[in-house]
Amino acid sequence: MTSKLLRRFGPLVLGGGLVLGMSPGSTGSADELRIGFVAPTTGIFAQVGKDMVDGFQLYLDENKSDFGNAPVKFIVEDEQGKPDTAVTKAKKLILQDKVHMLVGGLLASSGYALAPVSTQEKTLYIPSIPAADDLTQRDLSKYPYMVRTGWTSSQPSHPFGKWACEQGYKKVVAIGADYAFGYEVVGGFQKAFEDCGGQVIQKIWPPLGAKDFGPYIPTIKAEADAIFTLMVGPMSLQFPKQLAASGNKKPVIGGGTSYDEFVLPSMGDEVIGHVSALQYSAALDTPKNAEFVKKYRAKYGKVPSYYSESNYTTAQMIHELIKKHNGKFPGAEAAVKELASMKVDTIRGPVSIDEMRNPVQNIYIKKVEKKKMFGYDKDELWNTVIKTYTNVGQFGDYKKEDFLKQPVYSRDFPPCKHC
Amino acid sequence: MAVLVALVAIAVIVPNTNSFVILLATRALAFAILVMSVDILLGYTGLPSLGQAAYLGIGAYATAILATKYQFGLGYDFWLVIVIGIVFAAALAAVFGLLAIRASGVYFLMITLALGQCVWGLAYRWNSLTGGDNGINMRGRPKFGIDLANEITFFYLVFGFFAVSLLLMYILVRSPFGRSLAGIRERELRMQILGYNTWLHKYIAFVIAGAFGGLSGVLWAHTAGIVSPENVVLTTSVDALLMAVLGGAGTLVGGVIGSFIVFGLREYLSTLVPWWQYVLGAVYVLTIFYLPTGLMGIPARIRQRRASAGKREEGKVASVPS
Repeated sequence: MTSKLLRRFGPLVLGGGLVLGMSPGSTGSADELRIGFVAPTTGIFAQVGKDMVDGFQLYLDENKSDFGNAPVKFIVEDEQGKPDTAVTKAKKLILQDKVHMLVGGLLASSGYALAPVSTQEKTLYIPSIPAADDLTQRDLSKYPYMVRTGWTSSQPSHPFGKWACEQGYKKVVAIGADYAFGYEVVGGFQKAFEDCGGQVIQKIWPPLGAKDFGPYIPTIKAEADAIFTLMVGPMSLQFPKQLAASGNKKPVIGGGTSYDEFVLPSMGDEVIGHVSALQYSAALDTPKNAEFVKKYRAKYGKVPSYYSESNYTTAQMIHELIKKHNGKFPGAEAAVKELASMKVDTIRGPVSIDEMRNPVQNIYIKKVEKKKMFGYDKDELWNTVIKTYTNVGQFGDYKKEDFLKQPVYSRDFPPCKHC
Repeated sequence: MAVLVALVAIAVIVPNTNSFVILLATRALAFAILVMSVDILLGYTGLPSLGQAAYLGIGAYATAILATKYQFGLGYDFWLVIVIGIVFAAALAAVFGLLAIRASGVYFLMITLALGQCVWGLAYRWNSLTGGDNGINMRGRPKFGIDLANEITFFYLVFGFFAVSLLLMYILVRSPFGRSLAGIRERELRMQILGYNTWLHKYIAFVIAGAFGGLSGVLWAHTAGIVSPENVVLTTSVDALLMAVLGGAGTLVGGVIGSFIVFGLREYLSTLVPWWQYVLGAVYVLTIFYLPTGLMGIPARIRQRRASAGKREEGKVASVPS
């Protein structure tokens, strides 16, 4: 039937194959350092991806892409926010570009997808953003070539739970995006808060990407002392607006992404006074951070978010590693070992890596305020740090062994005993 | 003939290219099976399905769950997993078919879409089984005499399954059964008057398409190494449908070309230029504007033009090249 058409078409297919086949596999020179960076640069997460790339790029530009006699080749690949694409791109970076290491990924699912690639290809992987708890907890042994420089989702939540107790909150309603990251942030908060005497009396899970919270807000129990929110992306903008419109008078506290600098500039005055916890705030009042914010803002026209800071810091840590080896990459195994014992003074404060290869760092409790900062002449929203918990590890105050015995935080864990 | 030449060309050329191209070709081939299954419905039966990713998902999740939870399917039992994936997907299609086949056209589209989203919802929310949105990581590929961890070996395996699927579907659409499907596509009422049970024909086609979707899923799980709700989400179904239309619906091979072009643009061109999405968009739009019969329609169009040009110049009827 179609064989006549195909006879004509066959050569085209063949030609296409040849073109693909002949495209050169670039193999860089031996003494340059090739860093493969995986971030979503298209799709709904493109703006977050840009913050990630910009943060890393800023550090490279400051050092003229030269890490101690090693010219850096920085190759960015678009993961499109999809785990399978992340895998394809990671393989492209390793097989074709022969990168020394992989950095990045955005969502937890990308982190879970990239980590096995690093194991399989024996390549160093640095999840600078993916925060899935189990990458450096229950699943760590599967990923011997991975060191995390970002955070675990529940890491800021543990001290935040304690902080909520100190404020005298007794009953809290949690409302969080319905996916693994949401479960982990809310779960960490619930555990810490209930262990110091608080009660989470209700958990509400609007779907990821929800734009209308009308069905959820009226169900919030009236006897709650405070509302804990965990929103991401556009949800973060919409929820406080609708909550304010509903006449809410309760204090609102939340996970870091509900108020991070990525969403803060687009927010209205209704978020003033809301409190959240994260390992970074652009309003961190240190000379180092002031300089970083000014440089970043001058170059990219916006305040850096934790996505920018985390990748800037990751670049810094890679630089430290390469400097020690006089511009040579020491190999994945040695690199993991050395990165894991590193203590660095970063923009976000002192960072060291624990024995399960996750950062130990300051956690900042931050309150949204409208004020002037760093000499900018307009009133803007900033995440003012109101309390600092120093040297917080991924297990918080809990013993590692006990902590690892419990299942990973999920929709049903910790169970809602007081609902 | 030309199909055979093209197949041999793929089988010979691809393994000699760099490993990233091998990887992409493997993915395109595994996905092409799904696209061809869409084409059975869309091109031959006239049923535009927007839920085909569900069957890929069933096959992929079955493979991943068996492999990670029960260590099953990592040796010779891989062949059993292939059967399981196909049977599960066919069973799902048998259930969904009961609901969907009663409708046609846009209504069929909507029902398959809704059913597909049900499967997505399950994958997304059934955390204990599917790992929720984190998905399931496969730990290595099966080993049985040959080690499929080797990309080239694995490419040949997928290529083998692809070639067999193409052959089976080709036989199917050329069979009397396939002819009656085409009859239903053209005019269902006439087929009914002729005494055909058109519902049953469509139902069987739907189940067969689902079965091939399941096979595609099993291969996809091992190709990608990760199974996540992203594989079952609506856009995956849309991709499959678009690839079929792009290559040319009702040609089987068209879907394969569509699959290669989209994978090439999305995964390969995107490593070269940041504006790959415009290229992909332009390809879709231009195809729909100028090639309603898809890329497979190009030769026919050229011939038509030549024929009409010949007519004008020579003033006589040009013979159709045979």
